[in-house]
Amino acid sequence: MAQTGALGDKIFRAVLLLAATSILLIVAGIFVMMVQNAMPTIGRFGIGFLFGSEWKPAQEEFGALPFIYGTLVSSVLALIISVPISLGIAIFLVEQAPKGIAKPIAFMVELLAAIPSVVYGLWGIFVLAPFIREYLGPVLQGYLGFIPLFQGRVTGIGMLTGGIILALMITPIITAVVRDVLEAVPTTQREAALALGATKWETTTIVLGNAASGIAGAVVLGLGRAIGETMAVTMVIGNSPQISASLFEPANTIASLLAANFAEATDRTYLSALIEIGLVLFLVTFVVNAFAKILVMGVASRNGKAA
Amino acid sequence: MNGTMFRSQNLIALFLIASVILSFGCSGQKLGEGPGTTAPGGSLQLQGSGASFPKPIYEKWVSEFGKANPNIRIDYQATGSGAGQKALLAKTADFGASDDPMSDEDLKSAGGEVLHIPTVLGAVVLTYNLEGVKEPLKLTGQTISDIYLGNIKKWNDERLKKDNPNLTLPDADILPVYRADSSGTSAVFTDFLSKTSPDWKTKVGMNKQPSWITGVGVGAKGNDGVMGQVKQTPNAIGYVELTFAKANSLPTALVKNKAGQFVEASLESVAAAAAGSVASMPDDLRTQITDADGAAAYPIASYTYILVYKEQADAAKGKAIVDFLWWATHEGEKFAKDLHYAPLPAEVVKKVESKINSMTAGGKALRQ
Repeated sequence: MAQTGALGDKIFRAVLLLAATSILLIVAGIFVMMVQNAMPTIGRFGIGFLFGSEWKPAQEEFGALPFIYGTLVSSVLALIISVPISLGIAIFLVEQAPKGIAKPIAFMVELLAAIPSVVYGLWGIFVLAPFIREYLGPVLQGYLGFIPLFQGRVTGIGMLTGGIILALMITPIITAVVRDVLEAVPTTQREAALALGATKWETTTIVLGNAASGIAGAVVLGLGRAIGETMAVTMVIGNSPQISASLFEPANTIASLLAANFAEATDRTYLSALIEIGLVLFLVTFVVNAFAKILVMGVASRNGKAA
Repeated sequence: MNGTMFRSQNLIALFLIASVILSFGCSGQKLGEGPGTTAPGGSLQLQGSGASFPKPIYEKWVSEFGKANPNIRIDYQATGSGAGQKALLAKTADFGASDDPMSDEDLKSAGGEVLHIPTVLGAVVLTYNLEGVKEPLKLTGQTISDIYLGNIKKWNDERLKKDNPNLTLPDADILPVYRADSSGTSAVFTDFLSKTSPDWKTKVGMNKQPSWITGVGVGAKGNDGVMGQVKQTPNAIGYVELTFAKANSLPTALVKNKAGQFVEASLESVAAAAAGSVASMPDDLRTQITDADGAAAYPIASYTYILVYKEQADAAKGKAIVDFLWWATHEGEKFAKDLHYAPLPAEVVKKVESKINSMTAGGKALRQ
């Protein structure tokens, strides 16, 4: 190997520093640009922007609450559906599946991740929405109709459809990361557990406990995608800024609002309001991620491992 | 240097420094890129941006005009009416395109006089998903407004039955579908409803992005989004552009016009609406032709416009724009019908000619 010397190391360090700084510059650049362009509505509506429940661009009334609500509920819904499935797939792939089956399943999961969101949206309109309208909705209403979540008219378009589409989109991401995390848990741990007479189930719970922080990280990654997803959600959520207890009712998310309206916004106040709600999305993502990080640290320390 | 230098405090400090630097750097920032420039080889490049509704015919024009004038290359980006107006005001495009005329306020803020050149006509049609209904549904401004306001909830409502005595309308909830994005289509649609229903005028009014009544219907993005939703949902109704409905063979409702006739949307009935409103066209050509006079006029019709500055900064480019506009509103009109647009009435072409003739560069007329 050729000697690079002290100078080589300095250059190496400088290049790495540049790469690391670029991410800060990009985030800062986006942040500064958004704050600048959102100034008109920040000044005019103040904190009320966050808590207003009416979004009427024509009357210059801007309340972000229905969108914040829609973003959080659809994302949480997606996680509730996706996390058990993703964990199941990943555990199966790592702990149980024979090589001959694991490979093709893993391949298909990765394939799902590469499908453009507009295709998910189309599938949502043409397959999922009719399915919910004809089968899932009536069944849920029949058995659980006494809960407000499942009351109201089932059109196939609404919060539930949005949540399911999001769940499908984040499943490959969570699965792939969880699989890598599980594979990183040393085989010796499994062997030790089995040697002590643990069953497969008990062994898996031990492995999962040791992988907890990594799994939480995977969930956060999936959540990030769910919060920021635009096109597929726009196509199935119904785009109506309302806060309704029913999952069958149309709703809207921040990302979906931006996707549908940014290109056509001419009015300066409206544009400013859209950028400000983008800023709110920034904030929501930040808070959710911070919250998740705290959760991860908690889990990690409980398991006696550094995060 | 060692690794401990990059602690979080340092990162935050770095972030703040970066923010400050960028806030200076960004103070003069513009969204979008500069307009087309003179391309190498002496050929001209024009950049147009705006409405998606006339995109098919503008693309046809650009390609046909390009064959006759190989030295001029025109790029048309269908970014939406709003973006087209924005691009013209920011001078990031050589011409803008919009379905609805610019507002007085925006015209004032423009760095020069902006001309509205009508190019073709379109219409908004109501399409629906009603099983077993074979004959076209008949609707009035009042019933459409009541459906979208949530006053008419079921298809077998007396008010709908009255206009459709021959149809067996189902005892089912109506699902109205509207455009969730800001759109010229919504502007034309709500303009018609505002003219025909006082209730609509006070509760919603005319807007590119109206404030829809909460709890009534669902929103979809774009014509294709509305079509998809209506096609997939039994008992849904939505509004889309005529060209779009024709291209996809959608069922369309007959709409009652000012003369009391139920009229089908077609190139002829749209042309009749234009003819019925020529007399009242203002000098700046900014006009709405919804609820037009004339027994054959389809009531939800509109012009679509190309927006240009009257005084062009660059004489060569200005000449190219003038040539293109002249060609489009004359020879170009013959391509309209095949693409389901109604061509301009002869009287309007006359008015357009005088507008094009008034365009200048450095005070000199561009069209001799």
